[in-house]
Amino acid sequence: MFLRTQHGMMAGTISAVAIHDLHILLWFAAAWMVLGLVGMLKPNSTRFIAHVLFPLGAVLCLGVAVVAAIFLAAGHVPQVVILPLGLPSLPFHARLDTLSGFFLLLLGLAGAGISMFAAGYFRNGQGTPPGFLGLQYHVFLASMALVILADDAYFFMVAWETMALSSYFLVTSQHRIAEIRRAGFLYLLMAHVGALCILLSFGVLQGGRWQFTFDAMRAASLPHFWASAAFVLALLGFGAKAGLVPLHVWLPEAHPAAPSPVSAMMSGLMLSTAVYGMLRVSFDLLHVRYWWWGVLVLGAGLFSALFGAIFATVQTDMKRLLAYSSIENIGVIYTGIGLAILFDASHLPLFAALALSAALIHSLNHSLFKSLLFLATGSVLHATHQRSLGKLGGLIRSMPWVATLALVGTLAIAGLPPLNGFVSEWLLLQSFLYTPQIPHAFLNMLIPLGAAVLALTAALAAYVMVKFYGVIFLGQHREPSLANAHDADWLERIGLAWLALGCIVIGVMPQLALRAAGAVTGSLLGQTVNLGSLFWWLAPIASKQASYSGVLLLAGIVAVIAITFVVVRVLAHGRMRRTVPWDCGYPWQTSRMQDSAEGFGQPIRHIFGTFFGMQRELPSPTDLAPRYRIHIEDRIWSTLYLPIARGVQRLADWVGLLQSGRLPIYLLYSFLTLIALLVFVL
Amino acid sequence: MTTITIVRQFGQVALAIAIAPLFAGWIAQCRAWLQSRTAPPLIQPYRMLRKLFNKDVALATDASPLFRMTPYIVFGTMVLAAAIIPSIATDLPFARVADAIALIGLFATARVFQSLAAMDIGTAFGTMGARRDMMIGFLAEPALLMVLFNAFLLSGSTALPSVVDASTAHPFFVDPSLIFAAVAFVMILLAENARIPIDNPATHLELTMIHEAMVLEYSARHLALVEWASDLKLFNYACIGFALFLPWGIATHGRDGTLHLGVAVAALLLKLIATGAALAVIESLSAKLRIFRAPEYLAMAFLLAVLGLLVHLLLGA
Repeated sequence: MFLRTQHGMMAGTISAVAIHDLHILLWFAAAWMVLGLVGMLKPNSTRFIAHVLFPLGAVLCLGVAVVAAIFLAAGHVPQVVILPLGLPSLPFHARLDTLSGFFLLLLGLAGAGISMFAAGYFRNGQGTPPGFLGLQYHVFLASMALVILADDAYFFMVAWETMALSSYFLVTSQHRIAEIRRAGFLYLLMAHVGALCILLSFGVLQGGRWQFTFDAMRAASLPHFWASAAFVLALLGFGAKAGLVPLHVWLPEAHPAAPSPVSAMMSGLMLSTAVYGMLRVSFDLLHVRYWWWGVLVLGAGLFSALFGAIFATVQTDMKRLLAYSSIENIGVIYTGIGLAILFDASHLPLFAALALSAALIHSLNHSLFKSLLFLATGSVLHATHQRSLGKLGGLIRSMPWVATLALVGTLAIAGLPPLNGFVSEWLLLQSFLYTPQIPHAFLNMLIPLGAAVLALTAALAAYVMVKFYGVIFLGQHREPSLANAHDADWLERIGLAWLALGCIVIGVMPQLALRAAGAVTGSLLGQTVNLGSLFWWLAPIASKQASYSGVLLLAGIVAVIAITFVVVRVLAHGRMRRTVPWDCGYPWQTSRMQDSAEGFGQPIRHIFGTFFGMQRELPSPTDLAPRYRIHIEDRIWSTLYLPIARGVQRLADWVGLLQSGRLPIYLLYSFLTLIALLVFVL
Repeated sequence: MTTITIVRQFGQVALAIAIAPLFAGWIAQCRAWLQSRTAPPLIQPYRMLRKLFNKDVALATDASPLFRMTPYIVFGTMVLAAAIIPSIATDLPFARVADAIALIGLFATARVFQSLAAMDIGTAFGTMGARRDMMIGFLAEPALLMVLFNAFLLSGSTALPSVVDASTAHPFFVDPSLIFAAVAFVMILLAENARIPIDNPATHLELTMIHEAMVLEYSARHLALVEWASDLKLFNYACIGFALFLPWGIATHGRDGTLHLGVAVAALLLKLIATGAALAVIESLSAKLRIFRAPEYLAMAFLLAVLGLLVHLLLGA
């Protein structure tokens, strides 16, 4: 073993076996990189890379998940390692604690499904050769694991940038399309604005001692102003990566541009690393939390959630719809983080643990169902070559596998019991119930209204998902060619089924996820919620106050349905004949008469009109060739980003005046600088 | 969990399934009287159900399995909800499976399946109904949550049995915030159950229908289950309302002998008779709103619930 182990503060009690968890995880990350490099031996062989390397990557993901789960279940004692890598006086520090364990579990569980699916997905074609794709993909996976394991700012930033760059190359794998290149550029730009903020945040966090290990930052005790500065910078930096409004603009461009498994990784996994970073800074590295930080995060989270949900309802491209839905889910997660900070600053640790558990479990849930849905859109894309919702429809008949598994994801993301999305939303609503106890007048009356915003968001998410599923999979084919769509192949089905299984298991047995989250809240806040019995009940505060049982709910529904079915068949009959649809007796029904994607979003445009910048082209009654066109635009783009872009352009033009291109002038500049420096020194 | 509680549980569910159509029939009867029409008999809904169960299903050619499963799923969720809501007794084995917030989730599950099934055939009416019903849903849910928030502040619980236990402990104490919440709840009940002023269950006018547009393609036993499920949904909402605002008579923990249960059933029937008559009056007195007035109506319900919340926080603090 080439790694030198450094014993942490509590290392005296660590057994030789426990120390291995972190080593194994680092080896797994290294193995991903090796897989990527092995692919370069035969960069053009899709068969080798897709059918050998990607399944191996999926096995490694499973391994990461298993090790992380064992760590969360057993130890909880942090493990620390100094790697023989990095600069001479700046070695890389790695650390495994419960927070990183939880996010590695998430990475492994969702990553396994995505890699299996990717094995069936990537085909020969235009764009990046499969070898390069495999390399970028596995480097992306490994860098995400290293971001989570990093224990000093230097290592963290290296891993963070590797993550941004590898995903940039993945997004632009179809780089011959100008639109995709633009999306990639916007992504890279926002990623670097964010990275800059994170770097500055770390700069503040070290507190003037110029020690960049996380241990030194934990020990630093910052005054109110500087702690707040570090927190706000971290919020901006990680918010830009997570897609918090108004830093979300790259997300609806980059996610649709990438190949579907990459969209799934970015949305399901990469956004979670931003959540991880936010939690690391606010609950671990900073030693205090002020109540107004919580209000800030809560406000940003609620606004993002509502904004994402409203914009998702009016999208006409299936992947853009899911991208906006990611903004919504990130908003929900940040709402939980905000509440946790607020409760923690108000010395209500039990409720803080409840809100933080909700945020953690929602991250886990989001990584599962969002990956599942992005992958399902990938299968649809392969089968139909259509991304526009207006040209899909009725695929449940030709793609029963994808349709059934996507239905699980749809119901889960819509927050419906007994699936997993409901559990985290329920926990979050439960924690909102205790906000009147916050000891700030007015705040304790205003924040309960946040619960209503959250309920509205959840109900809108259901609206979005009915639209998504209904328009793609149900109804009539909107194009005749859809009748020939083929179902996903078996590797893709395994990937989808794995993620769907995750959604069901966490929904039915949320206690498992709550136990994993409990390990995190136990070490970050020193408090866990009531974990309940392992199989039956979820009652985070007390069973008298609120309880929920996914198992019994599912068992009850299944039992009632079975009994009803049998009774109806025994007492009545099962006679049935197939006929044309009734539709109030209208005989000339065509597939064009179904709601289009635009039509389904119409009530939202009507109710939330002020959110959108809308341009509509309505045909007049006498038009011989009537055309209806609507263009919906994000107002934040035109009111915030374009002015900034113009300002930067003007500044650049201004600076450009210095560049005359004549050598003597440049020599003059050097001379003047030298004089100025001399004056300064003397 | 003793045998007696299990028997009580099944008794409550059986009673709910049995009376739900009668409750709908009672409202229809009251409406007919108020409109000076000859009233249909009380058991008219049962006659409809029997007729529908005897017919052959006429299924659209392109209907997917989702379409055929949905009536069973919707009926199943409503029956399960009837098992969870303490309409007669609070000490039930199933009552702790879901608190009031999870019940909203359960109703949302039924709604989503119903909407998906409506889109399955791909007719113009089906998708229109689905879109409108989901719209009513997302407008009603925040208001409903605020009503539950009120109940939580008073009783410290979102589990309906605990709410009932807490409020029957002081039977003559009415918190002013509850009055606002109750008005809001009635408004939500009307909207969620496709009744005037949001929807009219008796119409098939294409411009206005919501619920009927969604179930147009169902026939025979499927339609019977869908109709029975919507009767059950109305019954369930009424029982949630009783648990929150009129808990008198419900057999609470420890006071649930045979006599108490008899009183509870009698009280439930009385409350249903009164509520049915009141709903019929409200429906007869109001006009159906245009679909885009629905947001204003539900925003009103939301504001009332928030007002209740503020009243409680300001008075209670």
